[in-house]
Amino acid sequence: MDIIFEGIKQALSLLISLDPEVMGITWLSLKVSGTATLISLFIGIGIGTTVALTSFPGRQIVVSLINTGMALPPVVVGLFVTIFLWRNGPFGALEILYTPLAIIIAQAIIATPIVMGITLAAMQQLPQKLRLQILALGATRFQMVWLLIKEAKLSLMAAVMAGFGGVISEVGASIMVGGNIKGYTRVLTTATVMETSKGNFDVAIALGVILLLFAFAINLVLTRVQQRERPR
Amino acid sequence: MTAHDPSTPILQCENIQVQRGGKRILDVSSLEVVPGEVLSIIGPNGAGKTTILQALSRLIRLGKGDIYFQGKKVGADMAPLDYRRCLAMVFQEALLFDATVYANVASGLKIRGMNSSEIVTIVNNRLDQFGIGHLRDRSAKTLSGGEAQRTSLARAFAIQPQLLFLDEPFAALDPPTRETLLEDLNHVLRTSGTTAIMATHDQVEALRLSDRIAVMNEGRIAQIGPPAEVMNHPVNEFIASFVGVETIIEGRVIKCERGTATIAVDKNSKTKSAQAFPGAVPSLAFTGETGAERAGIFLLEAAGEVRLEELVYCCIRPEHITISPGGRHDRSSARNAFPAVIDRIIPAGPFHKVHLNGGFPLVAYVTVQSIEDLDLRAGAAVIASFKATAVHIIRRG
Repeated sequence: MDIIFEGIKQALSLLISLDPEVMGITWLSLKVSGTATLISLFIGIGIGTTVALTSFPGRQIVVSLINTGMALPPVVVGLFVTIFLWRNGPFGALEILYTPLAIIIAQAIIATPIVMGITLAAMQQLPQKLRLQILALGATRFQMVWLLIKEAKLSLMAAVMAGFGGVISEVGASIMVGGNIKGYTRVLTTATVMETSKGNFDVAIALGVILLLFAFAINLVLTRVQQRERPR
Repeated sequence: MTAHDPSTPILQCENIQVQRGGKRILDVSSLEVVPGEVLSIIGPNGAGKTTILQALSRLIRLGKGDIYFQGKKVGADMAPLDYRRCLAMVFQEALLFDATVYANVASGLKIRGMNSSEIVTIVNNRLDQFGIGHLRDRSAKTLSGGEAQRTSLARAFAIQPQLLFLDEPFAALDPPTRETLLEDLNHVLRTSGTTAIMATHDQVEALRLSDRIAVMNEGRIAQIGPPAEVMNHPVNEFIASFVGVETIIEGRVIKCERGTATIAVDKNSKTKSAQAFPGAVPSLAFTGETGAERAGIFLLEAAGEVRLEELVYCCIRPEHITISPGGRHDRSSARNAFPAVIDRIIPAGPFHKVHLNGGFPLVAYVTVQSIEDLDLRAGAAVIASFKATAVHIIRRG
């Protein structure tokens, strides 16, 4: 038990003293996962909305693919991103493997199907006739889509939550395509893995606590927004 | 609003057709609506009421045909978006946005890019007009059914539509709410002079609001005309039964002179009554039975131009049949008076629906008070009478 108490004590002092290394890792994690989530929102909401509002041959298959994508294992994404960015791979010339950009790409690939799947479900839950009602109000196609997205905003908030929560806590892809390079591509999860394997439980616990705090803070904010939006 | 010559139609359509799943679900050869007119479209479920509204408003794609708005062909002389911006639509469900009542009523104006100061005046006006000013800042999701539908109507009227489409707007409301909203809508429609097309399955609603009624069946307009004409002179037995004619009896013209026809109805003749008389016809023994009746043939007198020996349907609306006690038997006052036995009495709100067997089935509406006063009950012998003008004749062919 000592090891845990000591670890927590040490972790708190690292946090309170704003240890530069821990802060650096935290900041990088936020930047990388935040950017990846943002990218996934554009692609996910765009494609999710399109699939929800149109009918085309093979739509069922596309929907199944999106739903499968929601459970995409991060290590598989890491593997393929690594292969593509490998020196001799198709995008090797870009020389971005083991950079933060590589992690952003991998995390965006993980988050996009999650955002897409939730968007798709949210848009399909809207009343069928709402589209006609919006058109009858004189909306252009673009205005109609925008109003529908606004109408689904609570569910889309859940998509943000799920997407960000998924990538900030993900470790497999980040370590594979980022390489856990100190001060460059070391993020909260990869650092936690490394410190744990080295037996530095205090640092590992500190990082773990930060991760938990993030998860908690983000969910708190989004839940509050949702609660405020909900009818009284 | 543009001034428009009231004699030329505001909306016109030619040969519009809509297909779904390879099946033609709408086929309207022509329809014209004049400015300020309120047209109701009635018909059973699946008759195409919703489809015709969505086709006329160009919310769904037409398989064939053209729509003209104020003489301009939509899609050629006028962009579909410009056309849609001249109209508004209210559905059975209020379909409000997840926002305040104010924002909902303002939404159509905002879509048109109107600035907020102009919007405020218009929206406040509409909120008051529909009696929902006090709900202005309430979230739309917290409204009752009636309040939500008022908001939806206010939203539709906010854009000052030149053409309003209503798709069973009151179908989901309880009767008292429906009643007050119907009155308010009627008032706003008439004071603003808005041209409206309303689909409903409730003929009472149609009668209250409309200048004309169109009856739809299987994707086609089966009859269109002023309410009294459609109600009292349906062109076929389908429309007759749909507009509330309960008694539809097959007969044959045996005499016609000076606008009055005598129609023979066999006691075994088929009837299209909503609830045909069950079982065998019991033998009736009334004093004053004519020879023909004893032979199982009944003679009805009807007003109308028919030819001798023509096969017809005799349609009698239940409110046109009078029931008097069987004892006081006076056959001379009304042209048609038949001794009958009450088969059963079905409560139907303010009146009772009395199913009679006068050798052939008849259905009459009797007020609750009269049922008590005359002591009517199943098995009682009465006289059912109706004027010759109450019998509407449809040719059978």
